[in-house]
Amino acid sequence: MADRPQTLYEKIWAAHVVERRDDGTCLIYIDRHLVHEVTSPQAFEGLRVAGRRVRRPDLTLAVPDHNLPTSPRVDAAGRELPIADRESAAQLDALRRNTTEFGIDYIDATAAAQGIVHVVGPEQGFTLPGTTLVCGDSHTSAHGALGALAFGIGTSEVEHVLATQTLLLTPAKTMEIRVDGTLGFGVSAKDVILSIIGKIGAAGGTGHVIEFTGSVIRELSIEGRLTIANMSIEAGARSGLIAPDEKTFAYLKDRPMAPKGADWDAAVAYWQTLPSDPGAVYDKVVTLDAAEIAPALTWGTSPEDVVSITGSVPDPQSFADPAKRIAAQKSLDYMGLTAGTAMQDIGVDYVFIGSCTNSRIEDMRAAAAVADGRTVAQGVRALVVPGSGLVKRQAEAEGLDRIFLAAGFEWREPGCSMCLAMNPDKVPPGLRCASTSNRNFVGRQGPGARTHLVSPAMAAAAAVTGRLSDVRDLMGTEV
Amino acid sequence: MNPVKQVSGRAYPWGAKNVDTDVIIPAHWLKTITRTGLGKGAFETVRADPGNIFDDPRYAGAPVLIAGDNFGCGSSREHAAWALADMGITAVLAPSFSDIFSGNAFKNGIVAVVLPQDAIDRLVEVAKTDTVTVDLETMTVTTPFQDRFTFAMDPFRRQCLMEGLDEIGLTLARDTQISKYEAGVTEHRPFMSGERAHASTLVDGAGRT
Ligand code: SF4
Repeated sequence: MADRPQTLYEKIWAAHVVERRDDGTCLIYIDRHLVHEVTSPQAFEGLRVAGRRVRRPDLTLAVPDHNLPTSPRVDAAGRELPIADRESAAQLDALRRNTTEFGIDYIDATAAAQGIVHVVGPEQGFTLPGTTLVCGDSHTSAHGALGALAFGIGTSEVEHVLATQTLLLTPAKTMEIRVDGTLGFGVSAKDVILSIIGKIGAAGGTGHVIEFTGSVIRELSIEGRLTIANMSIEAGARSGLIAPDEKTFAYLKDRPMAPKGADWDAAVAYWQTLPSDPGAVYDKVVTLDAAEIAPALTWGTSPEDVVSITGSVPDPQSFADPAKRIAAQKSLDYMGLTAGTAMQDIGVDYVFIGSCTNSRIEDMRAAAAVADGRTVAQGVRALVVPGSGLVKRQAEAEGLDRIFLAAGFEWREPGCSMCLAMNPDKVPPGLRCASTSNRNFVGRQGPGARTHLVSPAMAAAAAVTGRLSDVRDLMGTEV
Repeated sequence: MNPVKQVSGRAYPWGAKNVDTDVIIPAHWLKTITRTGLGKGAFETVRADPGNIFDDPRYAGAPVLIAGDNFGCGSSREHAAWALADMGITAVLAPSFSDIFSGNAFKNGIVAVVLPQDAIDRLVEVAKTDTVTVDLETMTVTTPFQDRFTFAMDPFRRQCLMEGLDEIGLTLARDTQISKYEAGVTEHRPFMSGERAHASTLVDGAGRT
């Protein structure tokens, strides 16, 4: 067995099997567990009711993000401001109490390190290559960008991990998505992942763990890779993985929770053994040519409804699958769009730059580069929400906040914000938003809200033009 | 968990594809800190349509839901399963489910049954007027019209459902094996240890400006 070439996924899986049952189900050890306020209260309640403890509090990290308002959290005197929504406040309070009671490290809403779980994990070096990492949130797949086998779990599983530090899992199938070539001018990681989902469909990865490979993926920064792995779940995959390499190690070195000294050297030596062996076989292989990828966006209410910015709203009748035809027509009705309309003729009311898909420093820079010297179009409300307090601090050190504020964008406190309608940042019914988040589902950004998923640069372009726009037209000529 | 051996009764003849968890339970319902009471918010956006099946008196309290491909896609929120359970749904039939949803359903005593599309189409027809029976013993879905569709199910899940077993309790009984695994990690991959990592981390409120 040692001789058969193995994929990255198979290596991580094999290293975490505590016990294998006859039916192939395995008890898998979990190295890292991230906890947030929304999916954890019932898990802690379950532990309490059953009189159980947390097996490894040292492998668990909690941070609030989903519910937190993105308005200032402390007043001028540094006193914490109360949260108006009583239910949100109760959930946030429960996280604080539960983590104290069970001895779990907790990053408070007022701490500089606070942010969206999937931004905080990599940023703190909590996420490491070759680890199994879970969180009660589907976009946990993001951490796969660093070579961690990371996936979202439900609350019962959160409770299971807290109590046992393991999960009962069946092995996934493997899928390689190889993107080779060189990305065109103005094309970002977000356009790559949207194009992939457009190609394989929202259920294209079901039952599989995707490994993203190829020259395009290798060339991407860790930030870009996080954007890609983050949205694996939107292709239906259990998780996404990217092989750790020198960029990964450079990104993690000296992060607060990453190994230090001799531990670091041993860790890197181990991580270097993880990438898929030459000749390793995947259950499925999909290839994409970078030359085919243009700045992309969604037109409908499924992340597979992807079109190039130079394209137009599709005719539902153009789909071969009758169910898709019906779904497309419903999407167009919800989105208030007519088939054949050029994407660039569609006006926007809101712009949201943020979420665990696109709220890292590179995303802030890409958006600021487009916003610089321009003004948010009249009637458009544009929010920029850094993914963590540390991203915010870094952006401010680079003067990005001043660019955004001068252009008329709002510069807010970190959190999930307008990615989902759980905190005060919502898109009002019937209004249209160009959003850098990951889901364009019905009602995701607020009841009746209409979402177009875009890259940070495209979002900034929409903000300053007041319509969905080809960012390449605003980026000057290619040099 | 209550044991489930058979689910029999009226079924919502829905058949919709790609029903995501935001449709099953919109995000604004997720602020609860308990597991009950979410039935009120289930399918809220669907229910905004006056002719919807969920408010159709013919199906009131139906224990079965028939859906299309990729049911439960989207977020990992277990609230989706809690909402269905709170509505009284104990079986969902569909050609495919998102992985996270089927896991969550099972953990809350909801049977997620995968059947081919033509079987689903037939059941949607039958369910408009008649009952549907899901039987875990024989692993079949039957109707009063001699329809009989067999399905497969993970044997462990089936046993847990039928006996109402608590998965955490079962795993805690494997404590020796887990401790042995942990000892191996300490020996071979000491850098994975959480304690060393946390030692240098600043966590509590540092006061943001
Ligand atoms: S930013 Fe959005 S997708 Fe990411 S964790 Fe928050 S709510 Fe989930």
